[in-house]
Amino acid sequence: MADLTIRNLKKSFEDIDIIKGIDLDIKDHEFVVFVGPSGCGKSTLLRLIAGLEEVSSGTIHLDDRDITDVAPAKRDLAMVFQTYALYPHMTVRKNMSFALELAGADKAEINRKVDEAAQILELGHLLDRKPKALSGGQRQRVAIGRSIVRHPKIFLFDEPLSNLDAALRVQMRLELARLHHELKATMIYVTHDQVEAMTLADKVVVLNGGHIEQVGSPLELYHHPVNAFVAGFIGTPKMAFLKGKVEKADRAGVTVKLDCGPEYQLPLDGSRLKAGESVTFGMRPEHIEVTAADASPFKVTLDVTEHLGADTFCYVKAQNGETLTVRAGGDYAGRFGEQVGLTPDLAHCHLFDEKGRAVPKPGAPAKAA
Amino acid sequence: MLTLKQSRRLQTVLIATLAWLVALAIFFPIFWMILTSFKTEIDAFATPPQLFFTPTLENYVHIDERSDYFHFAWNSVVISFGSTLAGMLLAVPAAYSMAFFETKRTKSTLLWMLSTKMLPPVGVLVPIYLLFKDAGLLDTKTGLVIIYTLINLPIMVWMVYTYFKEIPKDILEAARLDGATPAQEIYRVLLPIGKGGLASTVLLSLILCWNEAFWSLNLTASSAAPLTAMVASYSSPEGLFWAKLSAVSTLACAPILIFGWLSQKQLVRGLSFGAVK
Repeated sequence: MADLTIRNLKKSFEDIDIIKGIDLDIKDHEFVVFVGPSGCGKSTLLRLIAGLEEVSSGTIHLDDRDITDVAPAKRDLAMVFQTYALYPHMTVRKNMSFALELAGADKAEINRKVDEAAQILELGHLLDRKPKALSGGQRQRVAIGRSIVRHPKIFLFDEPLSNLDAALRVQMRLELARLHHELKATMIYVTHDQVEAMTLADKVVVLNGGHIEQVGSPLELYHHPVNAFVAGFIGTPKMAFLKGKVEKADRAGVTVKLDCGPEYQLPLDGSRLKAGESVTFGMRPEHIEVTAADASPFKVTLDVTEHLGADTFCYVKAQNGETLTVRAGGDYAGRFGEQVGLTPDLAHCHLFDEKGRAVPKPGAPAKAA
Repeated sequence: MLTLKQSRRLQTVLIATLAWLVALAIFFPIFWMILTSFKTEIDAFATPPQLFFTPTLENYVHIDERSDYFHFAWNSVVISFGSTLAGMLLAVPAAYSMAFFETKRTKSTLLWMLSTKMLPPVGVLVPIYLLFKDAGLLDTKTGLVIIYTLINLPIMVWMVYTYFKEIPKDILEAARLDGATPAQEIYRVLLPIGKGGLASTVLLSLILCWNEAFWSLNLTASSAAPLTAMVASYSSPEGLFWAKLSAVSTLACAPILIFGWLSQKQLVRGLSFGAVK
């Protein structure tokens, strides 16, 4: 069992509040990813869980045990650092056995556990090397091995892939996902990369400015962001945001007039909106279709197009100067400066009120962070 | 006009010449001291100074008869190693806490410690002399170990702090998560990683202690007197003692010169460690 329960957790450094009251439940076997822009407090939150920082107020429970003030080593957690933090003067075997040695485990037991972890991570042939004789990916694996041998209740990862090159990052990401299935362990993973968050997580925690914006599965965040911040943070390329005004709103739908021209009727529950209110209209690049200029009321000018093979990303400029990104087919051949029309898929569009909160779909329970 | 290649070459030659001149200027007094120690007192005093002469060992024989070299040398060894050991035992924990548990005041504490080195030692000679007298520390090796430890401590803390700063904090945090106590963190992780820098600090402290003369001359008479005091006992306002003085100085410098020569690689690496980065 490894259920982590965090209640009203706060952390300040001198006068600056870094973590402003966090409540979070992490269930056994879950792969939870903390994601957010730099400075949002995600690493601090992880370090609070690890015990490397002192909590200012609030509690952390692991199962039924209060670990808020327990020493890091006694928490039954293991951490993998961004810089790997291997002991440079020890061999790989020593690096992996250090914790067990300190705990006073017997030699045979230590060797068995190290060999077992080395086998899982394919490190067998590297056990006698020192860290400086290893590649980045191998070092990363040793760092993971060092946590595996301890059989912790929870694994903590602090941006573990950010020092690797792009190809290796994808490979290690897959290995981590596989490891999670193999070990059936609870893992908490911090990253600023929303792609890592989406691909690895059972549950994503989006943090911003020291508080939680939204908690949910990757697809929940993608399809039902609770506010403009989450909507803009999840998904690449970013969701396009356009300013507009409410023309008419009721429980069955909302009519919005965008500042750049077109007017749309959205299947959203507008009971909280009033006519004349300023709103932000959001649509993802993959939910917009590029058409001929005269086939749509939404006319834009093509800026740069990026051909990725399977897709083409078009950067376009609306008549009032607002810019957005649109995903077109791989063989789309638009020219720079060309006039085109856009047709959004209204079923997948989002609307955010003046405070940035999402306008709910009809019948959906209103969820707010 | 010189080509680019020629002017580069000229530059190299000029810089090399300059370096040799500076090196010779620094080395010359030591060279002259060693040379003089093998002259007779008459040759040593000759004008113009003699570069070629018949070498003699009479000065060394004289010193061997007049004073017990090994008594002074042993004092120097005990005091240098004793104070270096005491200094490291204080400097390592101090630097550890300053490097890894930094607060707002760490930087100013470091500067304040170093600023004590700017005070002229003679300014505190009388109070220290009186304190030593009352404590019965005059002319004891313990007394010199204490005073050397205190005067070198700021530099040692500063050096060790600089080396520790280069060690990523993550490694110590990893050890903490692995269950290491603060003492295990220092002995099993920090010291092995920082051993190069620590060795440089030890070397520098040994050299500074060995060469220190002000306090040893003022606080010792004979039983705890190190080599520096022995050298001073040979300088006299009257008579011809240049050759003997050179010989005794050579004997006093020799151990540390040889020691410095053997460890020069470590010393240079250590002293330039923080500066280059």
